[in-house]
Amino acid sequence: MTEITSRRGLLFGAAAVSAGALLTGCTSNEPSDSKDEPAGNDQPAADDKPGKQVTIGFAGPQADHGWLNAINDNAKSRAEKYSDVTLEITEGSNDTAQQIGQIETLINKKVDVLVVLPADGKALTQVGLKAMRAGIPVVNLDRIFNTPQAYRCWIGGDNYGMGLNAGHYIGEKLKGKSGARVIELAGLDNLELTKQRTQGFDDALKNYPNIKKVARQAAEFTVESGQAKMAQLLQAQSKFDALWNHDDDQGVGALRAIEQAGRDDFLMVGGAGALSAFQAIKQDDGVLKATVLYPPTMAASAIDLARALGQSKGIGGLAEFEIPSSLTLYSAVVDKTNIDQYMSTGFK
Amino acid sequence: MTQPVSPPLDSSTDKVPPVRPPAWRGLLIRADVRTLSLLGVLAVLIVIGGITKPDEFLDTRNLQLVLTQASVIGVVTVGMTFVIVSGGIDLSVGAIVALASVWATTVATQEYGFAGILFTAVIVGVGCGLVNGVLIAYGAMVPFIATLAMLASARGLSLQITDGRTQIVTVPSVLDLGERDAYVLGIPPLVMVFAVVTVIGWLVLNRTTFGRRTVAVGGNPEAARLAGIDVRRQRLYLYLLSGLCCGIAAFLLIVLAGSGQNTNGNLYELDAIAAAIIGGTLLTGGRGTITGSVLGVLIFTTITNIFALNNLQSDVQQIAKGAIIVAAVLVQRRTASTT
Repeated sequence: MTEITSRRGLLFGAAAVSAGALLTGCTSNEPSDSKDEPAGNDQPAADDKPGKQVTIGFAGPQADHGWLNAINDNAKSRAEKYSDVTLEITEGSNDTAQQIGQIETLINKKVDVLVVLPADGKALTQVGLKAMRAGIPVVNLDRIFNTPQAYRCWIGGDNYGMGLNAGHYIGEKLKGKSGARVIELAGLDNLELTKQRTQGFDDALKNYPNIKKVARQAAEFTVESGQAKMAQLLQAQSKFDALWNHDDDQGVGALRAIEQAGRDDFLMVGGAGALSAFQAIKQDDGVLKATVLYPPTMAASAIDLARALGQSKGIGGLAEFEIPSSLTLYSAVVDKTNIDQYMSTGFK
Repeated sequence: MTQPVSPPLDSSTDKVPPVRPPAWRGLLIRADVRTLSLLGVLAVLIVIGGITKPDEFLDTRNLQLVLTQASVIGVVTVGMTFVIVSGGIDLSVGAIVALASVWATTVATQEYGFAGILFTAVIVGVGCGLVNGVLIAYGAMVPFIATLAMLASARGLSLQITDGRTQIVTVPSVLDLGERDAYVLGIPPLVMVFAVVTVIGWLVLNRTTFGRRTVAVGGNPEAARLAGIDVRRQRLYLYLLSGLCCGIAAFLLIVLAGSGQNTNGNLYELDAIAAAIIGGTLLTGGRGTITGSVLGVLIFTTITNIFALNNLQSDVQQIAKGAIIVAAVLVQRRTASTT
C-alpha cells in the first residue's frame, strides 16, 4: 500500500538536482593545477561529452498514475540524451515477486548500474542488497530501501518539506490577519508520506500564532475522492482563509467541488506539480494560487547519478570526489511569480 | 432466521408444491416494516447530525450535497439489487464505472460533445454487462468468478486507456450539468436521474413480469425453470441491467468530478452490496427491495456527511461506520422478525 502511494506525489519540479551539473573529475586526487583555490572549484563541469560506456538497468513500478508516467518519461529521455548510456528498462510492475525477478534479470545481464524505484521499498531491500553484493551500485529512487547497505545513493522527494513549505507560504499570505482559519485536504491516511506532509504543515503553522487549523479530512489521491471530501469540507466550514491540498490529482476533484459550491473566498495551495495545476495558477482566475513540488524530474537526476557512478565521477559544484549517498529534493513553492520557469515540468 | 419464504396469507397453495407462493401482499407488508425500521435509523442519524452541527447539517445545501453524493453509488445499487435478488452478485460494478468513465472521457469521445460522452458511457456499461451476462447465463460460470474476471480486466483496460492519467473533461455542457445553475426547483440534475432510476427500478421489480421472474429465479431457479421461465435469458438481462446502471452512474460521475480516471468507482462493489444488504436484500437471493437499498445508500451517505461535518478522522470514521452497519442490520432484523 504504502509504496503504491508515494508515487502519487506528483509533481515535478524543478530540477533541483540534476541537471546540468555533473562534473567529471574526481577520480584523482591530484590537484589540477597550482592555484590555491579549493579543489572543488577546479573540477570540470560534467558536460554531455561522451565518457566511458555505461549500461543502466531501470526497474520501476507500474505507471498507473500520472506522476509515475512522468518518472518513466524522465528516465528514458534523460538516458537518450547521453550517447554513452544504454538504458535497459523493465516492464513496470506492482507485484513484488515480479519486480524482484526483473531486477535479478538485470543483475544477471551484468548492467553497470541499477536504478530502482521499488513498488515496495521494504520488500525489495533483499534484491537491492544482492545487487550491491554483486558489485552493481544501486541508485534507489524515491521509495527507500530498509537499509543503506542496499543502495549506493538514494534520491527522492521531501514529503515533510512539502507540508512545511505549504504552511509557510500560507502563513506569509495570511500574515497580519487575526483569527485566520486554514483547512487541510490530506491524501490517503494509511500512508506514511501523508503523515509526514501533515506534520510538516502543522510545524510550519506553529510559527504563525494568528492561524488556526480548523479542519482536516483525508481523501484517497483520486479525483473522485477529492471531489467528495472537498464538497463535505466546504459544507462544514462556511468560512476559512486557506486550504492546503496534498495532491494535485485529487485537486482536480477538489477544484470541481469548490466551483460547484460557488466558493472563492479563500486561497488554495496544491501539492505535486501537475500541469493542470500549473495552468490554473498561471491563469489566476480561481482559488488555486500555488503548489508545492514533488518533482518527477528525480528520475532524470537518478540517471545522471547512475551515469556518474558508472564513470566514477562526482557531482559538479560540490567539493567531494564522489556522489553523495543521499539527495533529498527541495519541495519548491510554485506560484504566479515563478510559474513560467516550472511550466515545462508539469505532468499530465 | 432468514427464511425467504413469505407466510401463506392466502391459501392459494393447493396444487403444485411449488416454489414459492406468490404471496405478494405478504411480501409487501414485510417490506414496509423493514422500510420503517430503515427510516428509523435514518431519522436517528438526522437527529444526531442536527444536534452536533445544526447550522451546517440542517441546511438546504447540505441536503442537496448528501443526495448528490448518493446519486452515483445509488444508481449502481439499484442495478446490484436486481442481480442479488436473482441470487447472483456483480463484483465488477466499480471497474465498469471506471472503464465507462475513462472511455467516455478520452479525447476522441470529447470531440463529439455531450451526446458522445453519454452514449459511450452507457454503451460501455451495457457492453460489459452483456459479457458478464453471457458468461454467466450461457457459459454457466459462477457469477462471483465471471464478474471477478470482469473486475480485473475492466480495471486493466481503464489503466491502459488512461496510462494512469486523469482525463479532464472539457465539454462545457457536461460540466454545466453539475453546477448550481442547473438545479431545477433546487434539485440537482444528478439527483433527478437517481430518483428516476429508483422509481423505474421499483416499478420493474414490483409491478412487472420481469420483476416477478427475477424474484422467482432468485428464490429457486429450478422451480422457476419448471414454471416456464427462461432462467438463462433472465440472468443475461439482469447483468445487462446492472451494466446499464453502471454506465449511467459513470456519466453522473463524469459530471460530478469533471474527469475520468482509472481509479473511479473504487470499491463501489462493496458499497453497493452493503447498501443492498442493509436494505434487507438477501445475499442468497429471492428477496429484496429497491426502497430498502436506496435507504441503505442514504444511510451510508448521511453517516459520511455527519462524520465530515464533525471533522472526524478517517480511522474513527471507519470504525464507526462498521459499528453502524452492524447496528442497522441488527435493528432491522429485530423489527423484521416481530412481524
